[in-house]
Amino acid sequence: MNTKDIVYIALFAALTAALGLFPPLTLPAVGVPITAQSMGVMLAGALAGSKRGGLALLLFVVLVAIGMPLLAGGRGGFGMFLGPSGGFILSWPIAAFLIGWLIERHKGETPLVLSMVYIAIGGVGVVYLIGVPWLAFAAELTLTQAITGSAGFIPGDLVKVVLAALITRGVRKAYPDLGTRS
Amino acid sequence: MFDLYRPGTSFLHRLPAGVKVLLLAVLGTLIFLVDDLAVILGFLAAVLALYPMARLPMASAWNQIRPALWILIAILLAQGFINGWETGFFVTARFAGLLLLAGLLTLTTRVSDMVDGMERGFWILKYVGINPAKVSLALSLALRFIPVLATITAEVREAQKVRGLNRSIIAVAIPVVIRTLRMSDEIAEAIETRGYSH
Amino acid sequence: MLDNINLTLSERRIGIIGSNGSGKSTFARLLNGLLLPSEGTVTIDGLNTRKDGKKIRQKVGFVFQNPDNQIVFPIVEEDIAFGMKNLGMDKAIIEQKTTEVLGRYDLLDHRTHPSHFLSGGQKQLLAISGVLVMEPKYILFDEPTTLLDLRNKLRVAKAIADLDQTAIVVTHDLDLLADFDRVIAFGDNQIIADDTPAVAIKSYVEAMTDV
Repeated sequence: MNTKDIVYIALFAALTAALGLFPPLTLPAVGVPITAQSMGVMLAGALAGSKRGGLALLLFVVLVAIGMPLLAGGRGGFGMFLGPSGGFILSWPIAAFLIGWLIERHKGETPLVLSMVYIAIGGVGVVYLIGVPWLAFAAELTLTQAITGSAGFIPGDLVKVVLAALITRGVRKAYPDLGTRS
Repeated sequence: MFDLYRPGTSFLHRLPAGVKVLLLAVLGTLIFLVDDLAVILGFLAAVLALYPMARLPMASAWNQIRPALWILIAILLAQGFINGWETGFFVTARFAGLLLLAGLLTLTTRVSDMVDGMERGFWILKYVGINPAKVSLALSLALRFIPVLATITAEVREAQKVRGLNRSIIAVAIPVVIRTLRMSDEIAEAIETRGYSH
Repeated sequence: MLDNINLTLSERRIGIIGSNGSGKSTFARLLNGLLLPSEGTVTIDGLNTRKDGKKIRQKVGFVFQNPDNQIVFPIVEEDIAFGMKNLGMDKAIIEQKTTEVLGRYDLLDHRTHPSHFLSGGQKQLLAISGVLVMEPKYILFDEPTTLLDLRNKLRVAKAIADLDQTAIVVTHDLDLLADFDRVIAFGDNQIIADDTPAVAIKSYVEAMTDV
């Protein structure tokens, strides 16, 4: 882990925080506000790689835990993890790691559609896998109820997956020697 | 810095950061073992009472709840219709109590003290093969660059506004990420010239 | 790709000029070991950049173009302490030197403030401070005033002029170099002039106008 790696980890944590400042978009069809912040997870995994991306989001989680208002809407503090959305946020380091790992495993450059699949597996799959049960627990809902309640966010998250993949491709074009290894 | 800290000299302010974090973690976990609405409401009242005791204005208590208001109402209504109002109040009161409890930590502790407290605990990381100095540097770097990235994001949005693209997430995100990555080379160089070795 | 450079630098104030891509930034980075030469050696007071990296880092400070990219810590005094901590300096000495250098550049009021809130010029002075406290013998500057407005340019120019250490300054700002001892001009990865400021700058300007 050299100096450049540490800088990457810090910058992608900061990027995730900065994404929380984008105003939420409301998808007309679903009426649910989506925030750009979870794209930080996807971008960290896809651009910084599994190890650095995962650590970047871990760093982000720690910063939120000590009270920095970095979550979209200026939220922060340990209380967020004990609340209904706690599981989603805690899943982010794992999600970023998985996305990075899937892309790194792929020999050669990952084609766009496949990168979307990988990003979705981590950025939606893992996140909901961890977030929904926690939601059920914290909000005293059954799993089915928690799933139903969260389903409305999935279309927005899938849009984010597409955006993240496109952004990743755009960045890689400008930065072809962006290594995912340190 | 986004420090939410409100200066003061109350007993809560003077408690060491590490103690407060530990208390929060322990209490926060224990509260999930409670099943009784009355106990939860008692918890909520007790936490609320700590605010004036720590000479914190009630407005700051409200500020802890306000960002999560949307979620609180959603859960209250959902539970109200699914399982009844008692469950609704139970869950909402518990979450509100936890937010307020965590708020007490944030309002009475400087971020730098929390970071210092963490750094003192970092030596344990050595046993897991993690270099505490690197963790400490990463933390400081992240705190340092959050406002910088926020500024860059604002600048890029301004620039894209001229082209009518400021509402396109892609048109803003790509330049922001590229600028961020470009910065990283120089930042790493600057760190190394200040004698930091890995 | 710099080629065939054979120089001895011993003057107190040396300027390095050249258009973008001419190799001047590469040259600067070779001087403190940020970059290593593929052939040949770079020695500073007998130390070899290939072998004595750590000692050279302390001896040869480096101030970068973008003030934002070299401030590492969120609070002003933390950032100044960083280099000294890395050198293992005593806590009391760190305190004292921080006070000294902040006083020198009129930044004492900002000691416990977030670094982010400083102006560009102040940030550059903060960067210089962070390097000065490491007690280097030589300080390299890579376009220190390029991103600053006029007022801050003048502040930083004065700070450089007042330094006791040897300063080697890469710059586009030809005004900075008026009182320098020696100016080296790069063009196309070659040295096209190496003389007093008046002569070297003249050759450089002529070369630029010819293109």
